[in-house]
Amino acid sequence: MTTTADNGVNVQALLEARDVLKGAPEAAQFTWRATSTWEAGVHSTTRIQNFFGLGQEQAHKTEAVFDADHPEVFAAADNGITPIEYLLVGLAGCLTAGIASVAQNRGIQLRSVRATVEGDHDIRGILGADPDVRNGFNDIRVTFTVDADASKEDIEALVAQSQKRSAVFDALTNPTNVAVEVA
Amino acid sequence: MLERGRVANSWRRERWDSLRLLTPNWQTRLPGAHYAGPDPDGYMTRDDVVAFIDGYAAASRSPVRTGTEVTSVRTADGGYHVTTGDGVIACHTLVLASGACNLPSVPALREAVPASIEQLTPFDYRDPARLPDGGVLVVGASATGVQLAAEIHRSGRPVTLAVGEHVRLPRTYRGRDVLWWMDATGVWAQRHDEIDDLERARRLPSPQLTGGATLDLNTLAAAGVTLAGRLAAIRDGHALFSGGLRNVFALADLKMTRLLDAFDTWAQATGRDGEFAPPERYEPTAVPASSRLRLDLGSGEIGTIVWATGFRPDYRWLHVPVLDAKGLLRHDGGVVTASPGLYGLGLPVLRRRRSTYIHGIEDDAREVIGHLAAHLGL
Repeated sequence: MTTTADNGVNVQALLEARDVLKGAPEAAQFTWRATSTWEAGVHSTTRIQNFFGLGQEQAHKTEAVFDADHPEVFAAADNGITPIEYLLVGLAGCLTAGIASVAQNRGIQLRSVRATVEGDHDIRGILGADPDVRNGFNDIRVTFTVDADASKEDIEALVAQSQKRSAVFDALTNPTNVAVEVA
Repeated sequence: MLERGRVANSWRRERWDSLRLLTPNWQTRLPGAHYAGPDPDGYMTRDDVVAFIDGYAAASRSPVRTGTEVTSVRTADGGYHVTTGDGVIACHTLVLASGACNLPSVPALREAVPASIEQLTPFDYRDPARLPDGGVLVVGASATGVQLAAEIHRSGRPVTLAVGEHVRLPRTYRGRDVLWWMDATGVWAQRHDEIDDLERARRLPSPQLTGGATLDLNTLAAAGVTLAGRLAAIRDGHALFSGGLRNVFALADLKMTRLLDAFDTWAQATGRDGEFAPPERYEPTAVPASSRLRLDLGSGEIGTIVWATGFRPDYRWLHVPVLDAKGLLRHDGGVVTASPGLYGLGLPVLRRRRSTYIHGIEDDAREVIGHLAAHLGL
């Protein structure tokens, strides 16, 4: 393994954290939080800054604000992307971070990583037009184009390993218990 | 030597009828004992394995006390007290050779399976004729899962196989058993203290092998077995499978190809390339056009779930604090450093990758017993 590759990922810190958290599972428990507010129509804004982890409250350096709306073909104002499109943002961001980290750990220098992410969605589900159609995505396809100092097989292995360790890939491919309540 | 039942007890009582050893006969050896029959490249049946171990016990005049179950081990007087059905034995040193596969490891989600479904583990399963009629869901696609899926499918029952991460291997490569390659190329000689991630190596699922021809997921799918993703949850009477099937195929295919590349490189580097058939590469595992995500357990489609989800050791009798959070023995190459005089043998990747297999015991035993003798001041 070479150590000259620099993808800007501090793999050493991640490996050290892995070793520490192996013996301290309680510190590994994170809770991510978002708060949202209805604006008008089907437009909402969601703010994210604080989260919990490593046994205490944590915060991003700055607050991030996300507009979610629906496009004009949905007869909406299109003040932002559709909520389901945020899932594509999450998946692309997570897999790309994984590729950079795994490449760093394997000593592979990346020059560019591009992904196109497509989710097929039959909207008859959310419209209640056909009870046999599900609300969510039927299929998601991700295509990576990676330029790196590595063989095709090594790049395929990077992409495979990034899926294996991806939070969002797991969240989309496996069921999760979701509790929605009224305060 | 204490044995709860008869010699080779687990092979007599805890194996299904058709199981064969995964190592070829020539590789199935113990110190001073090796296969001398007509089929060195074959694989021993369950009864052959029992006879082999039984014969070894007799030939080596091992002082085995059969029918002697250990019910408790405690530290006492600088050594150990071993309580058996036959009284207490006090000892300075103790070797735990009780194995890694004492209990089937079944996920907690089995609790959510409707009562109408029969649930079996590999310890309960004997042969497909004893299964209820109807479809069968086999959970797990390591050696046990692929073998049982194939056998149950041949009995005429529709089979769905839930596939998580797995290790794909061809049975033979370039005319030699794949386990010959593992041995010859030095993969199996790799020592525990040379392995990057030892915990991972120790929990690696058994490769998709049978005591026979190559049995990979493409073979099973072509025969008509339905492949689904890892069983992720059972909710409202439905089994839910992961949508990540494509990636577990990709991971296994890539790893297999890397291993075969390493074999070819070794053959060239050692000048032995000409001894073998030409290199081969195998078709990637075919991904179903649309993998199944859900199975209604109340619909009658399946009547049985077979949990081929691995095994774990049983240390409920061991009252010495030497287990990790997962219930596995903490040891350094078989030496239980936290409790002087205590040793382990016969565990996966104990001192080398070879330790997982029968013939791995020879070097392991010599080295561990060397440590034990030094501990006793011998």
